[in-house]
Amino acid sequence: MSQEFSENYRVQLPVFEGPLDLLLYLIRKNEVDIYDIPISLIVEQYQQYLDLMRLLNLDVAGEFLVMAATLSHIKSKMLLPKAEEEAEEEDPRRELVARLLEYQKYKEAANLLLNREQAGKDVFVREFMEERVKELAEDVSLERMEFEEVDLFHLIDAFQELFKKRSLEDIRKVVVERVRVVDRIAYILERLKEQEAINFEDLFAGSRTRTELVVTFLALLELIRLQVVKAFQGANFGPIQIRRAVALDDERMKSDYITGLVDKEDDFGKGENPVNN
Amino acid sequence: MEKERIRSIIESLLFISGEPLSLERISQVVREAERKELREALEELRNEYESGGRGLRIAEVAGGYQLETAKENAEYVARLVKTKPLRLTRPSLETLAIIAYRQPLTRIEIDQIRGVDSSGVVKTLLDYGFIQVMGRKDVPGRPLVYGTTKKFLEFFRLKSLSELPSLEEFYAQAEEQAGGQGELYSGKYEESQISDVKSESADAGSDVCGEMKKESGGDEEK
Repeated sequence: MSQEFSENYRVQLPVFEGPLDLLLYLIRKNEVDIYDIPISLIVEQYQQYLDLMRLLNLDVAGEFLVMAATLSHIKSKMLLPKAEEEAEEEDPRRELVARLLEYQKYKEAANLLLNREQAGKDVFVREFMEERVKELAEDVSLERMEFEEVDLFHLIDAFQELFKKRSLEDIRKVVVERVRVVDRIAYILERLKEQEAINFEDLFAGSRTRTELVVTFLALLELIRLQVVKAFQGANFGPIQIRRAVALDDERMKSDYITGLVDKEDDFGKGENPVNN
Repeated sequence: MEKERIRSIIESLLFISGEPLSLERISQVVREAERKELREALEELRNEYESGGRGLRIAEVAGGYQLETAKENAEYVARLVKTKPLRLTRPSLETLAIIAYRQPLTRIEIDQIRGVDSSGVVKTLLDYGFIQVMGRKDVPGRPLVYGTTKKFLEFFRLKSLSELPSLEEFYAQAEEQAGGQGELYSGKYEESQISDVKSESADAGSDVCGEMKKESGGDEEK
């Protein structure tokens, strides 16, 4: 991926996930003990994610940078030889671990609320009717049992994998093209109109260049942010499925999303160079 | 007043009410009957609906009783009633969970737990009416403190905040989820555990967990 994206398009994901989510994700992914975090490994991977997020032009919030600094600080503290009088000194990781566990607790509590919300969807009360989700049984009940919603970091992982695979294919044909996020959004919505669910990789089947891959991915993130689609995953770190989260039969709704986006990225792709491999 | 008559009145009230009706409120309306009679009638009515063959149920929510459609009919009700979707995002759910357990607390305190800025989410939750300003914290700057509303209980179909499991119950799950294997610090963490979320509080509206009072210095009511 090259610089050309950065000038033209920035995806804002204001409330997606924070640094604590990323750390918890890395800890789970590496299957390490939270009470004994291998700090160098985690620092390194954390940094890789930040780089990748920047590369994709996700708006990396300041909190991520603060955490990066904190991690480096912990790392350096652990490298220092212990002064004798401070032999009893606290593990520099302790505070971070406490924070992570504290946060994870509320994430569990949020799961409970989510379950209650979902259970409540099948029950209607006069007062709440206007706000209740009109989600027909076909969309929810069955799949929800087997699939879990995935977060941003899983998606980035999956995309990275795909991106690596594709780069190997070495597309020699040079095409000057204009790919716009709006178009890819329309494309994704169109496909989800036909099918209820699409495999993550299939979404990129038609994308021939790196630009197209990236733009399609950005389009997907945008749709997830707008809660038009959701990403689900079966077994841990298995293939990801994209599903529609609202009924897509409403043309007006679709065009709303698209017109909202056109303005801010009309210039996208102008400075784009042919892909050179 | 005849039992049957009381049941019939209560049924009408539940049907027409826009929100869960507390026993208190019912007894204000049905002045002719004793509270005890009303409670019995409610229970009977509830059993009647429960015993099958009916499309409605009586549920206990937010400190009151409400008439709701039977789960098994959801598909058909949804075909009839077109409703606007309200789905909460993960950040919203997390923030709500934090507020529910730690209220009243300031936005900065929420930010600290989540590790990200929460102003947008807090605004959304205020708009939905799931949280409200409970007052100000007595520290420099006098920041606003937030707490959950009755609507929060209604939406998640909770009788009261005390129906939520205690935070400690999430602790083991959290440890497991986060890949905890050792016991290195677990003892220490327990000290900081907040006790007694299950404290008895009768009034659902202002029902505050034990821990919440501790946090606030206990001087703020809504």
